[in-house]
Amino acid sequence: MSETRSVELSVGTTGIDEHGRPVTIPLGVRTGSAEVEHEPELGSEHMLINIGPQHPATHGVLRLVVELDGEVVVRVVPHIGYLHSGFEKLGEYRHYNQLIPLTDRMDYLAPMSNNVGLALAAEKLMGIDITERCKVLRVIACEMSRIISHLVWLGTTAIDMGAFTPFLWLFQEREHVYNLQEAWTGARLTTTLTRVGGLMADIPDGFEDELRAWCRKFPKTLDEVDKLLTRNALWCGRTQGIGILTAEEAINFSLSGPMLRASGVPYDVRKDLPYLDYETYDFEVPIGENGDVYDRYLVRFEEIRQSIRILEQALDRLPDGPINVDDPRVILPDKRDAMNDMEAMIFHFKQVMEGIEAPVGEAYFPIEGPKGELGYYFVSDGTAKPVRWRVRPAAFINLASLPKMAEGHLLSDLIAINASVDIVMGEVDR
Amino acid sequence: MTESPAAQAGATHPSVEALREAFGDTVTRATVSCGDTIVYVDASRIRDVLAWLKDTPGQDYNYLVDITAVEYRDVERPIEVVYNLLSLERKQPLRVKAELPKDGPLEIDSVVVLWRGANWLEREVYDMFGIRFRDHPDLRRILMWETYAEGYPLRKSFPLRGRFSRSEQMRQALNANPEAHYSMEELSIAEAYHNIPADMRDRLARGERAKIPEPPSETGGE
Repeated sequence: MSETRSVELSVGTTGIDEHGRPVTIPLGVRTGSAEVEHEPELGSEHMLINIGPQHPATHGVLRLVVELDGEVVVRVVPHIGYLHSGFEKLGEYRHYNQLIPLTDRMDYLAPMSNNVGLALAAEKLMGIDITERCKVLRVIACEMSRIISHLVWLGTTAIDMGAFTPFLWLFQEREHVYNLQEAWTGARLTTTLTRVGGLMADIPDGFEDELRAWCRKFPKTLDEVDKLLTRNALWCGRTQGIGILTAEEAINFSLSGPMLRASGVPYDVRKDLPYLDYETYDFEVPIGENGDVYDRYLVRFEEIRQSIRILEQALDRLPDGPINVDDPRVILPDKRDAMNDMEAMIFHFKQVMEGIEAPVGEAYFPIEGPKGELGYYFVSDGTAKPVRWRVRPAAFINLASLPKMAEGHLLSDLIAINASVDIVMGEVDR
Repeated sequence: MTESPAAQAGATHPSVEALREAFGDTVTRATVSCGDTIVYVDASRIRDVLAWLKDTPGQDYNYLVDITAVEYRDVERPIEVVYNLLSLERKQPLRVKAELPKDGPLEIDSVVVLWRGANWLEREVYDMFGIRFRDHPDLRRILMWETYAEGYPLRKSFPLRGRFSRSEQMRQALNANPEAHYSMEELSIAEAYHNIPADMRDRLARGERAKIPEPPSETGGE
C-alpha cells in the first residue's frame, strides 16, 4: 500500500483551521505511526449511461448505451430500429410508382433526391430513357435536396456544440428552398416528385427566376456562417482531431458521401458512376485530409457551394420539351384524354389497377444522396410489384462506424461525432 | 435461369473470367441483368471468393457497397445472399450472389473480417431473413428488438401485418421486460444482471435472447 500516492483533498471541507488552511477530511487508512492518506480507488468502475431514444443530441430516435470510464467513452452500443416501418416489406406489395411516397419518408430531410433515386432505379430495370428536360429538372431537385439537407446538418450540429446563430440563419435560407419545393410539388416534406418515366409536374411559372435569385443571394449567408464557424476557436477546439477515421478505415467501414470524402477518398457517385449527365456539369468534389469532424464540416460546407454552381448551370441549360416519356404504358394519359378517348382510358385503367410491369431481372442504381451513396436495388419477376426492394441506406452504414470513432473520446465529443455522421433515422431504420 | 438469352451471352465481365480461372466450379454461373454483372458462387466458399476479389491486384474490389438477401415468390427457388462490390480504383461494380437452398441450414460465412462495414449489414440480413452468419462477432437483431418473437419479416412466409394479432403485439409490448431493452453485456455493466429473475438470467447465459416460434410450414420449413 505504501506506493499509493498520498493526497490531501480539499473537497468537502468543514472550514479553516487556526492557520487559515482548509480543514480536510482524512481519507483511507492510517498505516503505522506515519500518517498516510491513501488516494481512493478511482477509475475502476465503469459507468453505463443511456442516451436517447428521446434526446435532442441524437438527431432522431437513436439510442446510445455508453460505457464510461470517468468521462472517457470506453464503448458505445447504438440501438436502432425505433422508427422501423418495414418499407422494404411494404414495397413488395406495391406498384413501382406507389413506392415513391415511401421514399419521401426515409430521408425526410432530402425527399426529392430519394424520389429521383427510386425513379432512376425503376427506369434502369424497365429500360426507359427519360427526356432531356426531365434530366435537368431532376438534377435541380437533387441539388436542392443536397443543400437543404446539409443546411439542417450544419444548423443542428452547430447547436449541439453550443453555437445557436447558424441554426437560425440557415433555417431561414432553408425556408426559401422549401417554398420553392412547395410551389413545385405542392408539399414541403412529402414531395413525391418523380414518376417512373418522368415527373409528377413541371416547374411552375416564376420558379426559375426565384431559384436563380436565391442562388445569388444565398452565398452571402453562407459566407457569414463561414465567418462565424470556420476559424472560430471554440468550434475548431470541439471538432478538430475528433472522431478520426483514416481513408483505409473509411473504406473498410463502407462509408460513403461526405464521411468517406472527409477521410480523403475521392469517391463521389456523381463523378465516378455518373447519372443524369452529371459528367457534363462543371463542379468540384471537396476532399478532406484528416477525416475528423472538422473536415466533415468543411467538406459539407464546400458541397453546398458546389451544389449552387450545379443549380446555376442546370438553370442555364434547362431545355424546353416534355418532362415525361411518350409511352402510354408508363405515363398516365392526360385526364381529359382518359375521360374522352377509349384507348387512353384503357391505359389509364391498366396503369392504376395493374401497375407498370417490369421485365424479369434486377437492377441496382446508386445516386449520390446528401448522406452518401443512396442505392435502390430492385428484383423483378415480371409482375408489376417488385420481388425485392432494397434500399442501400447511406446513413445506416455510416452510423455503424460510430462505436469505432467514439472510442477513447470524451462524452461531450461523442455528441460531436454523432452529429458529424449526419444521420436521419427515417433512413437508418426504414 | 430467368435471364434472357441475350443477357446470358453478354456475361463477359473480365472479373468473371478471372474468377472462373481461380475458382473453377465454385463459380456456378454468371449473368447480366440491366447491365449489371452477377456472379453466382458456391455459398460454402463465399468468404474465399470475396477475399480474393478484394485483395487480388487487378481485381481490387475493395469497397463493399451492400449486403442483402433476396427470397423469390417461387418457393422452389433458393434464398440468395447478395454482395454488391465496387472497385474504387477502376470504378467497376460487381455483384456476387450465393444461393442458400431453403431445405438446408440458412448459414453462410460472415465477411466482417474482410470489411467491418459488413457488421451491421449482416445483422440486418439476419434480422430480416434469419440467415445466420458464421463467425459474426455480434449477431443480434438490429432493426427489430432482441426479443422479437414473430420471425423474420422479409421472408415471403411472413404476412404483411405480422404473425401475431394486434392484441398479442400490444400485450407483448406492455409486458416487455428489461432484457428487451438492454443486451446482456450492458446489463452486466449496469450490475443489473444479478437483479433480474433467475430464469431470465439462465436464458441469457445460454445465449438465448428470445423464443422465436417456427413459422407454420408453408415453405417446407427452414
